[in-house]
Amino acid sequence: MKTVPILVVALVPASLALAIAFGSVDLGPARLADAIMGHGDEIAREIVWGVRAPRALAAFACGGLLALAGALLQVLLRNPLADPTILGVSGGAAAGALAAILLGIGAAGVNLAALAGASVAAGAVLAFSLGRSGWNPYRVLLAGVALASGFGALVGMMLSLAPSSQVQGMLFWLLGDLSPAGDPGAALAVLAACAAIAFSQSAALDVLILGEDKARSLGVAVTRLQSIAFGCAALATVAAVLLGGSIGFVGLVVPHLLRLSGVHRHAALLPLAACLGGSLLALADTLARTVVAPAELPVGVLTAMIGVPVLLALLTRLR
Amino acid sequence: MLQATGLGLSAGGRELIGALDLALAPGQFWSLLGRNGSGKTSLILALAGLRFPQRGTIALGGVPLAAHRRGELARRVAVLLQDEQTDFSGSVLDYVMLGRYPHSRSAWSRDEEGAAAARRWLAELDLADRAAQDYRTLSGGERQRARIAQALLQDAEILLLDEPLQHLDLRHQAQAMRTFSRCASGGKTVLAALHEPGHAARHCGFAVLLYDAGRASLGRSNEMLTQANLEALYQCPLEAAGTRSFLPS
Repeated sequence: MKTVPILVVALVPASLALAIAFGSVDLGPARLADAIMGHGDEIAREIVWGVRAPRALAAFACGGLLALAGALLQVLLRNPLADPTILGVSGGAAAGALAAILLGIGAAGVNLAALAGASVAAGAVLAFSLGRSGWNPYRVLLAGVALASGFGALVGMMLSLAPSSQVQGMLFWLLGDLSPAGDPGAALAVLAACAAIAFSQSAALDVLILGEDKARSLGVAVTRLQSIAFGCAALATVAAVLLGGSIGFVGLVVPHLLRLSGVHRHAALLPLAACLGGSLLALADTLARTVVAPAELPVGVLTAMIGVPVLLALLTRLR
Repeated sequence: MLQATGLGLSAGGRELIGALDLALAPGQFWSLLGRNGSGKTSLILALAGLRFPQRGTIALGGVPLAAHRRGELARRVAVLLQDEQTDFSGSVLDYVMLGRYPHSRSAWSRDEEGAAAARRWLAELDLADRAAQDYRTLSGGERQRARIAQALLQDAEILLLDEPLQHLDLRHQAQAMRTFSRCASGGKTVLAALHEPGHAARHCGFAVLLYDAGRASLGRSNEMLTQANLEALYQCPLEAAGTRSFLPS
């Protein structure tokens, strides 16, 4: 029971080290060690610290954000199959980005349009679900599914209208890819903030599992708690999608892996989900960069290819 | 003192309680009797501050329920709900410990005092050897006793219990009623929705009877729980039990 948290925390530096050590260029152990220590030739240093390290941190931030959002949504919606995609954020970001690409706006404009699309999607899902008597979790699910298919239709329309020269750039938003991720600083800051906020609510989230009435009778301000947790999950999902596009299964599978390993209390589950999601995505991204080197697989394809069998195996163990 | 004045409750367009005046004082053990759908659960939810009544007011210590802070209310009023759809997947002890939430909310330190109290309640309800077991593997009756232990651990001065005896066998029905009775003797206020007038007559000093069409009557059990009242309440003929019907002693 105590070994699981230790293993998960130990996996963080291990996965980041692997992500820095391996890539499309084989540096060899001596050059790699020199570059990590800040010595040696400039090219090796640039590969390690200028390319691989930010990429590894971006993958870690993205995976951590998705897993944290998934863990929050699973308790909020009382649905074991909830994951960040149900907020419609990936679809919204993709629709915004594709529209900007189609209109020929530059990279900064595309990112801004993706942020706008993601925010509109999350905002709409949450707005449909907050009534006068509080949050209605079923409406989150239904509004999320409806908006996701609406955005899917928009994306399909834009893909079929787009000139073939633009389709390649559009695919990033649909598959999930960390290669254009850039500086992970902002995403890491969002991850730290979301994890801290979620952690501060962990005892109340434990009680919320008993149902809204029982939680209220135990002194939980249920509507406030749900607002904080939904806000946290939406913010985390938007940050993750802007960094890596639509990367599936991390948010769904990671919280379940922890629960099946005996981690139930949210004070442990939430931080460990962030650590495990980050580590697993850093490892998956390392694989995505190396298996078909010098080409790269979109990491979203890889997480789906690993995530689907893992999820199906989990389903046979779920009650 | 939990006091309802001119309380009116309806559900689904149907009037359940017309105008009820009820004062629950420390040391009293009340039974709440009535047919299915007579408003027992609605009354308990209103008294717990979980539903707003259509008419009337409910006050705790002279202050309206709505004016109390949720956290403070949770330390003073505990409620055992009738239904619970939970995905809780930890141990029985962890489940019961959720009842400590109003008293301790540090995520860092272990609540040893609460854990000791939880183990005492588990032992009192015959669940001591189940403490480390996965809550989901309990039987229906064992779950019900774990839920009772959770409500008792809340250590509130007022206990509102919606069908606390559901799923319990005879031994554990008697054990639970004796436990509630001791809580009342110790100065707590207990109100329990029951379907067994026998238990009510044996353990509860007072009774609330909810009739159809919003009528209610209340008073001392020995005056309320007469054959005529119960026949009118349940709308079925009753007879004194002979030698083939038993209540736990």
